[in-house]
Amino acid sequence: MTLDRAISGLFLLLCMVYGYTAFVTMEANLLPFELNMTFLPNTMPKWLSVLGVIVGFVVVVQSGPKAAEEIDPGEIDYRNLRQYKLGQAFLLLALMVAYALLLRPIGFLFATTLFLAGGGIILGERRFLVLIPVALFTAFTIWYLVQEVLGIFLRPWPWFI
Amino acid sequence: MLEGLLLGLETAFSLQNLLMVVAGCLIGTFIGMLPGLGPMSIIAIMIPVAIKIGDPSTALILLAGVYYGAIFGGSTSSILINAPGIAGTVATAFDGYPMARKGQAGKALTIAAISSFIGGTVGVILLMGFAPALANVALLFHSAEYFALMIVGLSAIAAFAGTGQVAKALMMTVLGLILATLGESAQFNAPRFTMGILDLQSGISFITLAMALFALPEALYLVLDPKRSNTGGAGGEIKDLRITKAEAKKIAPVIARQSIQGFLIGVMPGAGATIASFLGYAVERNLAKGEERAEFGKGSIKGLAAPETANNAACTGSFVPLLTLGIPGSGTTAILLGALIALNVTPGPRLMVDNPSIFWAVIISMYIGNVVLLILNLPLIPYIAKLLLVPRIYLIPFILFFTMMGSYIGQNNATELLMLTGMGILATIMRFAGFPLPPMLIGFILGQMLEDNFSRAMNLTDGISFMWERPMTAVLLATAVILIFLPSIRKQLAALKRRGVADGD
Repeated sequence: MTLDRAISGLFLLLCMVYGYTAFVTMEANLLPFELNMTFLPNTMPKWLSVLGVIVGFVVVVQSGPKAAEEIDPGEIDYRNLRQYKLGQAFLLLALMVAYALLLRPIGFLFATTLFLAGGGIILGERRFLVLIPVALFTAFTIWYLVQEVLGIFLRPWPWFI
Repeated sequence: MLEGLLLGLETAFSLQNLLMVVAGCLIGTFIGMLPGLGPMSIIAIMIPVAIKIGDPSTALILLAGVYYGAIFGGSTSSILINAPGIAGTVATAFDGYPMARKGQAGKALTIAAISSFIGGTVGVILLMGFAPALANVALLFHSAEYFALMIVGLSAIAAFAGTGQVAKALMMTVLGLILATLGESAQFNAPRFTMGILDLQSGISFITLAMALFALPEALYLVLDPKRSNTGGAGGEIKDLRITKAEAKKIAPVIARQSIQGFLIGVMPGAGATIASFLGYAVERNLAKGEERAEFGKGSIKGLAAPETANNAACTGSFVPLLTLGIPGSGTTAILLGALIALNVTPGPRLMVDNPSIFWAVIISMYIGNVVLLILNLPLIPYIAKLLLVPRIYLIPFILFFTMMGSYIGQNNATELLMLTGMGILATIMRFAGFPLPPMLIGFILGQMLEDNFSRAMNLTDGISFMWERPMTAVLLATAVILIFLPSIRKQLAALKRRGVADGD
């Protein structure tokens, strides 16, 4: 099964669940006075789910394996993912999640410095004397611009300060 | 119109707004040059800044400047390192990069800047004529027509997606529309499809979605495939920015044709700068004769001027549906629309009546933006190009960081970052499989307006009979249906023709 067929299959499934919610669950939760109204919160979802099922079905039928020459050399050939830097990509995504979770508790300055330095290290930078000052400088500059110039509050320090 | 023009001049020529144009163009050029950050990502990043400014004219002027700058920056990286930051400047690289390799990088940049300038300027002049006329017509529209118009826009986007992509583009549009129903519905304040998650009650933030759909996948592509950010050490010395009189004479007719053609293509929803630039390139190659045609793809100045003129004219053209109908024709104008709504301005035919200063100030500032790009940016290019020497080890974490900042500071909510990462991974996988992502964002942004107008039209006619009872609505909806089926009908016809030829032989 090709990736585009898998995705469109999942989309089809999503539309069915979405449609079930719109046609059955939401319909059952309508208030008595809403029953004779023309437009309801589930009116649009009903239309969308029907449309989505039709379109999704067409894509499932249409999609199939691509010939090798059809693949744009600029695009990434997903059937050959191992030739790419998958490890780095996953580590960076994990770093993003860590940043999201740590941003509030340890404060903007620490979290950002760690993120930028960590990102550099994942990508292979080993000159810490360059990397860490650059990360620190950026974190501070951005914090200054956002909080002092734009006036959007960003907690700079960890929770205990 | 003259009155409006004066009002616009007055607003745009305040010191603050002039500074905004200059700053916007510089920021746009700077960031647009980096691989992985196109106008959509940059504008999305700038939205919190724009909202903070508060005054809609100033904010929109800044964003329009950024948009222009980003397109120009994209051309610069296409020419210098054959790495178009955005799809709209891919055609620029066809002839721009060979020129740069022949040591004519400076000349190529000048031609690009001049063509962009003229394309943009002609576009602005046409916009001044087109937009008020269209806005007058649009005042006759009711919610039923708006609903139908949005359907036309959405189907046009799918129809222009390219061969074999129509169904996929439609699927992405529907997905965007479905995502837009998360949160609260039109006319009712009860939550729906939130699965009990409180953070979803206000729906998905469109900046987060824009970042997840464009900036994050592009950054991940850069990580996965280091060749994409290969700058090859170019961008160092750029000399000789001048072009000769003979060359100017050669490209003048190209620029004249493409300014108008590009603008008209830009006005159509769904066909933005990308299609305009490719079409412009193709048309000019067909018009060129003999030796000149052979030169296309090997460093022809005509082949460089054509897409550059067309994409800038189309960018301006894409503002017509945005400002007059409130319907974005491209991903970038969709983001601008989101920004406008956040600034409490509703684009549409009433914009010219209610807020003429915003409307005209934007048009005037587009013009100023063009001038700034020409006289300020061009001499700075050799220095700005040094940015291309930043190693990817630093570039990628910075792109990721700015992506996150864009979605974080709008909401000040760390959950947004988790949503960004999750949706970004999904978007990357969809991009692997060749699903076009812009239709999804346009669907998402139009979703709420579509539902608003749909609900109003339904309430007025007590059902969906408005779809066939109102002639204009019926015609528009029929157009939408034709647009969707047109590509497959054409394909069938072509297949029939081919069979006929085979038989005849």
